[in-house]
Amino acid sequence: MSMFKDPFNPEVKLGCACGRHRDQATHDAELGSRRLDTEALSSRAVDQAVMRALFPCDGERRRFLKAVGANTALAAIAQFFPLAAAREAFAQGRGPIEKPNLKVGFIPITCATPIIMSQPMGYFGRAGLNVDVVKTAGWAVIRDKTLNKEYDAAHMLSPMPLAITLGVGSRPIPYTMPAVENINGQAITLAVKHKDKRDPKQWKGFKFAVPFDYSMHNYLLRYYVAEHGLDPDKDIQIRAVPPPEMVANLRADNIDGFLAPDPVNQRAVYDGVGYIHTLTKDIWEGHPCCAFAASKEFVTQYPNTYRALLKAIMEATAFATRPENRKQIAEAIAPANYLNQPVTVVEQVLTGTFADGLGNVRKVPDRIDFDPFPWHSFAIWILTQMKRWGQLKGDVDYAKVAREVFLATDAARLMKEVGLKPPAVTSKKFAVMGKEFDPSKPDAYLASFAIKRTA
Amino acid sequence: MSVKGLQYWGAPLLSLAILLVFLGIWHASTRQESGARVVDAEYAKLVGAEAATGKKSAFPTPAEVGAKLWGHLADPFYDKGPNDKGIGIQLAYSIARVLTGYLLAALVAVPLGFLIGMSPLVYRAFDPFIQVLKPISPLAWMPLALFTLQDSSVSAVFVIFICSIWPMLINTAFGVASVRREWLNVARTLEVGPVRKALRVILPAAAPTIMTGMRISIGIAWLVIVAAEMLVGGTGIGYFVWNEWNNLSIANILSGILAIGLVGMVLDQVLARLTILVTFPE
Repeated sequence: MSMFKDPFNPEVKLGCACGRHRDQATHDAELGSRRLDTEALSSRAVDQAVMRALFPCDGERRRFLKAVGANTALAAIAQFFPLAAAREAFAQGRGPIEKPNLKVGFIPITCATPIIMSQPMGYFGRAGLNVDVVKTAGWAVIRDKTLNKEYDAAHMLSPMPLAITLGVGSRPIPYTMPAVENINGQAITLAVKHKDKRDPKQWKGFKFAVPFDYSMHNYLLRYYVAEHGLDPDKDIQIRAVPPPEMVANLRADNIDGFLAPDPVNQRAVYDGVGYIHTLTKDIWEGHPCCAFAASKEFVTQYPNTYRALLKAIMEATAFATRPENRKQIAEAIAPANYLNQPVTVVEQVLTGTFADGLGNVRKVPDRIDFDPFPWHSFAIWILTQMKRWGQLKGDVDYAKVAREVFLATDAARLMKEVGLKPPAVTSKKFAVMGKEFDPSKPDAYLASFAIKRTA
Repeated sequence: MSVKGLQYWGAPLLSLAILLVFLGIWHASTRQESGARVVDAEYAKLVGAEAATGKKSAFPTPAEVGAKLWGHLADPFYDKGPNDKGIGIQLAYSIARVLTGYLLAALVAVPLGFLIGMSPLVYRAFDPFIQVLKPISPLAWMPLALFTLQDSSVSAVFVIFICSIWPMLINTAFGVASVRREWLNVARTLEVGPVRKALRVILPAAAPTIMTGMRISIGIAWLVIVAAEMLVGGTGIGYFVWNEWNNLSIANILSGILAIGLVGMVLDQVLARLTILVTFPE
């Protein structure tokens, strides 16, 4: 326990494990009688680190303290090293968990993989949390249950925290998105009877389903057809259908296709109902999809719980980024308690070796990938599309909203802790269907589209 | 078979025959011919058996549904986490919600119906509200309930409350208003106090009509809870059906449907027995 001994006490020897007791029993008994709380222990650890750095030789430290006294030494060191600030910084994230029993809502799709797998694979448990991951029927319900505080945090579509914060489609409530769940991993699936209509120009009059109005799926589908000259509001019909109901609707010929999260696309292939027309990674390589979201209130009220929860999910994400782990994850999340799908369907989604519904086996290892970093430029792109399709009216301070909702700093710090490499900047340029997006010029980007609903 | 035997056994035998014919047609129309595989072996491993033969996945046969149903009945109370519980537990959740909402509705509807039935003035005052509110689909209240009550399980109970209140209210009012004039006149002649008149004359006379309203209500409540739980999710038999829809498992959905039907029948029969108890021969 030498870690937590007071280094300002000249009597204490830091070099040994514990030099003051004859055996471990006496040591434990004594320690138990004056156990320090976690906070005191952590500041003690900071003090030690500083003292060890200043006096690499323990004998020197003891001589120095004996000569000037502990208080003088403390004052002297504090002059050139901000000990108090260091203690505080270190204590962050080390405090006790305020609320160990949590409820996190999810929609049964592979986008939620890091959130779901944390439960059966024990990431929540190891973080000292007892989390119930609760399956929810649709995005509107997950939004309402999170706003009602029935859920402490939830799996959401990445545009949702932006929409909630701005009060688009619900009451405005400050919301935060500390992590993206997955990148890529969606697809456009068409009914088998449209096998020969591979050119979007032939899709006039088609009925499409997307999971939610405020979803990447909606924006990507609109973008895709608009780039091919179709007006998504006039030439095709787009309706919001919860993912689990999409295959049933496609089977019943209620819709001609959908841009949906997996395993819905793969399930349509598995049941011989549809074929995968294009993966969304071919529309925008590395696009964000789903997110881990929590209210600002939760983040500020339970900072340690929030950090522990986020870190558990980050660790799960780090595990999921490695392709060799994907089969194991598929097995963990396929049962009825989570996705409720045949294991092979989930496995095809996660490993990227899949049947495309046209008789080919395709190998696309990055069909879905996991990268938690909430790029501010993603938020800005989403906001431009919200404006483009008339969901958001008036002027928006793109950068400010992005900064407040997409918590890049927290994500970066925790990513480092779990061994992922966060980027040094929070905004980047990217291309969607070959057209470059510059996050510093959102209005110019918006103006460059021919098909749009901006007034 | 004697005439008496035919009277006793005829109906059950006919029921059985109808069931067998139904199962036979179902079996014949869902029998799967193992068609030739139209894709290579590697591809076939990745898709369902039907997709490998170039078809859509098929409707399950009666035997498949029977096997699933047996599986559910053999272990109805397992609990494998918050999203995977046995069919018995799910039914218990649904019944608890229905009874809570239903009893709350009865507590409001019967006294209010009494008041409305006894006074023509109150009846005419309440009538427009009842007429507007009655035809609203209970599920249309759901988003409103979620928004205002801020709790999904309370919202589900509220939806049951709002859907089961109207038949009880209207039947109580009707039953109370149509108590025979002579009986009320006799009570007046004997100078019976108002409370005693309500409890000893009007209530027994109106009881069969009130019970009929309650029987209609429990039926509606049971219909609605399934839809409400499909919408809100979490627990209950409606969630069970939704969860299996998510998995496109028609056999499991049919098991759920059968369980819903059986429980609905039991609830209805209980109310029917209660109605007989309060009915008296004139």
